[in-house]
Amino acid sequence: MKRVRLVKRIAQEFPDGALVNLGIGMPTMVANYIPQGRTILLHSENGFIGLGAHAEKGKEDPRLVNAGGQPVTIVPGGCYFDSAMSFAIIRGGHVDYTVLGALEVDMEGNLANYMIPGKMVPGMGGAMDLVVGAKNVIVAMEHVNKNGAPKILKKCALPLTAKGEVDLIVTDMAFIRVTKKGLVLEEIAEDTTVEEVLKATEAPMHVAGKIGRF
Amino acid sequence: MKPVLTAEKAVENIKDGSSLMVAGFMGCGNAFTLVDALISKGSKDLTLITSDTSFPEVGVGRLICQCRVKKLYATHIGTNPVSGQKMNCGDMAVTLVPQGTFNERIRAKGAGLGGILTPTGIGTAVEEGKQKLTIDGRDYLLELPLGAEFAFVKAEVCDTYGNCFLPMATKNAAVSMAMAADYVIVEAEKIVGPGEMDPEKVTIPGVFISAIVKSTLPASNLQLKA
Repeated sequence: MKRVRLVKRIAQEFPDGALVNLGIGMPTMVANYIPQGRTILLHSENGFIGLGAHAEKGKEDPRLVNAGGQPVTIVPGGCYFDSAMSFAIIRGGHVDYTVLGALEVDMEGNLANYMIPGKMVPGMGGAMDLVVGAKNVIVAMEHVNKNGAPKILKKCALPLTAKGEVDLIVTDMAFIRVTKKGLVLEEIAEDTTVEEVLKATEAPMHVAGKIGRF
Repeated sequence: MKPVLTAEKAVENIKDGSSLMVAGFMGCGNAFTLVDALISKGSKDLTLITSDTSFPEVGVGRLICQCRVKKLYATHIGTNPVSGQKMNCGDMAVTLVPQGTFNERIRAKGAGLGGILTPTGIGTAVEEGKQKLTIDGRDYLLELPLGAEFAFVKAEVCDTYGNCFLPMATKNAAVSMAMAADYVIVEAEKIVGPGEMDPEKVTIPGVFISAIVKSTLPASNLQLKA
């Protein structure tokens, strides 16, 4: 339920007509909660715009998969292209929003989400290009890790995916904007308090004058 | 006119230690018939350049699992656990490249460019050992062209001039790879004569293609079981 709340909040960020790339896992859920009356288009970095729902059983087409290799569909208005074009769209600043998970994020908008040295080294895939190229970078993650330790740090310890590119951090507890002056806590989840959020965050945060709830 | 060969004949000149590009994305768009012929032939110590290492039993993933690859250039290996095991135990040297950079380096090779400047990787481990340039106040990495002796691409339709049609999401790295290798083999599900392909429907111009092979292992069931 906490995850639903956070992906619902992120879904409200996109204006009608936005081009959005959603990372694998929790970010993918955002597509299910786009507010009524708005239409967005999803970019799939393997080569198309207009990513639709998963293909029904028996109707899979091996020529149409998402970036995770799963059979999917394309919506009306979509189009196909090759990888060079796909990443020109990404790096060239033509994707409005990208939503990704994170292992760590810090007060300068640095993001670490692609490897844990000696443990998890799957490769960065398209993540580095997406974070550098998309106009708005939204991190969607649990506020603390499995051991209860903060994931929003003064400084990332893990290898960076990109430097200073994160714009928004949305967790199960808080909605935080990354600004030149540092992190600004703008909204908190309905079942928490500002004090609890600050306690669960290593990085210092400015608290907005009026705190919203989600 | 380009030669239409059997898969065995087409991969004949690939030697142990050759460099090979294989187009595809998580198996989608892999040339299954050509990969199979290379495995049957017993090729090994290959330098493989491919976007990802697919799944263990699917397409290009089989080259990894059957220990045919000595050096790998890829953007993501997480969906084939064997890739990570071989990298960790030192059996296979792996260079991981951001996907946009990967495609643009290959395209640069095929387009006769001396490299590309990209902001991707600035401030990360990717920038180590690379030249940095500042253009209009923004930092970029100089990334060098990436080519290979051979490339495998997969088309749905190919005419005897080598013009290829690649539908939907099967295009991925194929266009760039076809430009960047010395000898490019296209595996086609359907081979048609001159004039039978609408010139407007050409994804890869035939000028890049060296040989044509009729597909005997269609994608579908092989790939979708993953």
